[in-house]
Amino acid sequence: MDVFFSASISILFHGLAFAMVLYIISVGLSVTMGLMGFANLAHGVFAMAGGYLTTTAMNTYGVPFGFALVFAAVAVALLSVVLERFLYARLYGAGELEQVLFTIGLIFMAVAVVRYIWGPLPQRMLLPAALSGQIDFGFRSFPTYRTFLIAISLVLIVVLWLGIERTNFGAQVRAAVDNRRMAESLGINTGRLFTLTFALGSGLAALGGGLGADILAIHPAYAFEYLVYFLMVVAVGGLGSIRGPFVAAVLLGVSDTAFKYLVPEVGAFVIYIAVIGLLLWRPAGLFGRA
Amino acid sequence: MIPALETIGLKKSFGALPVANDINFRLAPGARHALIGPNGAGKTTFINLITGRLEPSAGEIKLGGAEITRLSQSGRVKRGLGRTFQINTLFKGLSVLENVTMAVSERHGAGGDMFRFAGSRRDLVEEAYDLLERLRLGNDALLPVKELPYGKQRLVEIAIALGLRPSVLLLDEPAAGVPSAETEIILNVIENLPGDIAVLIIEHDMDLVFRFAKKITVLVQGAVLVEGTPAEIAADARVREVYLGEHSHG
Amino acid sequence: MIFKRPSSSDSAPSDSAVEQMVRSHRLRPLELLPWIVVVGAYFVFPEYLPLGSQILIMILFAISLDLILGYAGIITLGHSALFGVGAYAAGIYALHVTGEPLSGLVVAAVAAGIVGFVSGLVILRTHGLTLLMLTLAITFLIAELANKAGFITGGADGLQGIAMQEIFGQFRFDMFGRTAYVYSAVVLFLVWLFARLLVHSPFGRSLTGIRENVTRMHAIGTPVRKRLVTVYTISAMLAGLAGGLLTHTTQFVGLSVLSFERSGEIVIMLILGGIGRLYGAFVGAAVYMIAQDELAKADPVFWYFWIGLLLVLIVMFARGGILGLVDQALRLVRRKP
Ligand SMILES: Nc1ncnc2c1ncn2[C@@H]1O[C@H](COP(=O)(O)OP(=O)(O)OP(=O)(O)O)[C@@H](O)[C@H]1O
Ligand SMILES: [Mg+2]
Repeated sequence: MDVFFSASISILFHGLAFAMVLYIISVGLSVTMGLMGFANLAHGVFAMAGGYLTTTAMNTYGVPFGFALVFAAVAVALLSVVLERFLYARLYGAGELEQVLFTIGLIFMAVAVVRYIWGPLPQRMLLPAALSGQIDFGFRSFPTYRTFLIAISLVLIVVLWLGIERTNFGAQVRAAVDNRRMAESLGINTGRLFTLTFALGSGLAALGGGLGADILAIHPAYAFEYLVYFLMVVAVGGLGSIRGPFVAAVLLGVSDTAFKYLVPEVGAFVIYIAVIGLLLWRPAGLFGRA
Repeated sequence: MIPALETIGLKKSFGALPVANDINFRLAPGARHALIGPNGAGKTTFINLITGRLEPSAGEIKLGGAEITRLSQSGRVKRGLGRTFQINTLFKGLSVLENVTMAVSERHGAGGDMFRFAGSRRDLVEEAYDLLERLRLGNDALLPVKELPYGKQRLVEIAIALGLRPSVLLLDEPAAGVPSAETEIILNVIENLPGDIAVLIIEHDMDLVFRFAKKITVLVQGAVLVEGTPAEIAADARVREVYLGEHSHG
Repeated sequence: MIFKRPSSSDSAPSDSAVEQMVRSHRLRPLELLPWIVVVGAYFVFPEYLPLGSQILIMILFAISLDLILGYAGIITLGHSALFGVGAYAAGIYALHVTGEPLSGLVVAAVAAGIVGFVSGLVILRTHGLTLLMLTLAITFLIAELANKAGFITGGADGLQGIAMQEIFGQFRFDMFGRTAYVYSAVVLFLVWLFARLLVHSPFGRSLTGIRENVTRMHAIGTPVRKRLVTVYTISAMLAGLAGGLLTHTTQFVGLSVLSFERSGEIVIMLILGGIGRLYGAFVGAAVYMIAQDELAKADPVFWYFWIGLLLVLIVMFARGGILGLVDQALRLVRRKP
């Protein structure tokens, strides 16, 4: 009983940490899809860039962890604005195939560039002393960093949701996702809204990439290797939804961790089968509009 | 007499917004019937429910007396239900003739043939071409649809529907978006539709409605407000209220 | 206007329009060009025949993809799953049943067809990113299965020791790859005949209709899902055939046949040549494979950079691929005089 309990806690804990990273990275993809109707497969590139910038800033230049994260997120957000204005925006009206090909092209280029600069090996994450080791909660202890990861992510998510719920910007985003034409006729500048939202989503992805560097290892094939996870989160959550992907990330993160822990031989299948089954039942995802 | 089309207690809502509210409707064989109502009244939704693009939350749909509520869209078309769209819904990159041949092939059950060239069914192509000639589109037959002016594209919408030889034809604002100089052509086509087709037309242009329809149904906020002959509708106080007092109701 | 009947000038456009459409599937001389090249290459480049068979197999694989991506508009990143199932089926059949190649091809096509049919039923209920994700998920699922089921697939080591018998009991697979080349070319030729018939058939036209406007297809009474599942299954069988050919000509099957990279590559080849036109597969696969043979060995990292850049450029400036550019050039030349 005790063993069972302890294992469940452990699964839940690590599953949650994984889920947080998945959600913070993927939420931007869902919004890009809902708002601009853009199938941005290269979303993972922003997370990867965030991971590389964070680890490099820390490991090579000795920048403190917190600053490194903020620097990475801001840098990636700015980079994404450039990409959005000069390249993505040209394909907003284009077909899905064009968008898919274009973003796959971006991934290929990013893989090559990253490999050229950082080499083929995964980046190591040198944690500050305060975040390494274990933290004792009385009934048992947990890895300090993962505890911190869950806590900071939850704060971030609450801030994000409140922002979407309460601010003028959030209201505009919601209106435009709901009905773009209506929003435009109400005088919302959708072009600017797209750019801002895109930057926010990319910045969040970079943050997720940096925060999650010890869960999703930072290496050149990152954007390809984890693509299916990001896509599963948004498809199961419901394209365009903001909270749907959270539920999906928790479901995926926890069950993936559970199956890999409990039945390592077939652990990797189960999640795919579960996702396929779920989409058979609800093709538009849990919170998607049919 | 069995109505060509009938809905019984048809209901549908989008979220909290009811767009079809207990609609009981009958279309007589060979009818010339208009469905009117303010923007957002649920007219297009009603057609989408009848054709199976949308699933009703309650109610029944009958075509020629047979229940079709659970039938697929293609099953309904096979039983004689044809429609046009308010916004052009065409194969833009294909030629006008290919657009109509597509419909004709499906009607003949040839659309799924794999082991013969499409060109080997000359009869189908000719049938499509004859239809185009009747709508005076013969000279444009080989042009890609996207190169036609909008008014002619609207005619292609109708041509495709006629290629299905429907017994019930639902026209969703066939002249919408067409410059007024060209509406006459479309109107002409509609007026000369074969008499055995039951036609339901949605239209905002009242001149057109009164010229064409023998019967009019007024839909407001998803419910039938009133139904009658053009004269009765013209005289109806509630209809005036809806159309003239639209602003005061917001 | 060529077919104008002199007697009744009134019905002239009728004749030419109907006539033109009725004849649209007639073979044009240019369509034989690929076959002249295929035959010519056998004699001109005898030392490159192994690469030649690889190219022919990729062309076949790209044609299978063109049917669903180019014609029906189904965007998949999981076509290697079907190719890989065909490759493994052919390999397992050769190892455990018989090394007779032709029945092996049938087994490969049927196995891939079954997987295609079942997965098609699942994925074609969805669309957009969800559909794309499902094609990826199914590929990973199958690759993981192949990896774990080592007792039958050889796991990470792959299937080794495949020995093929003579084709028709006559033609032995020789070390110069001559038989392999001719074998691949003949299979590709038959597939081309079939695919050409298919895309010009009413069924093929209806796929184009589904890609162009699915709402309209529903409204003219097309059973859309059924058509899509059908073409997906056919495409799967052809992909399986390509996979089977690869097994037969290389006498080895490894996990890489199921990889995501292979799915990505075949999409790129098709896009490069031009989608939805059957011959894009020929041009794209040949150009890509030859370029890869020349360039990728020198600098594999930057090979991917150039591929990525190429994709971006195609999307931005040349959506019809190489054949699209050729079309435009020809039109310019014709307009000049
Ligand atoms: N798919 C949908 N999801 C949510 N709401 C919808 C959907 N389709 C239509 N509506 C809403 O349902 C209402 C009825 O729409 P409908 O298109 O049927 O009106 P209509 O009578 O055809 O109007 P119009 O004269 O402008 O064509 C409108 O308020 C519309 O915004
Ligand atoms: Mg309408």
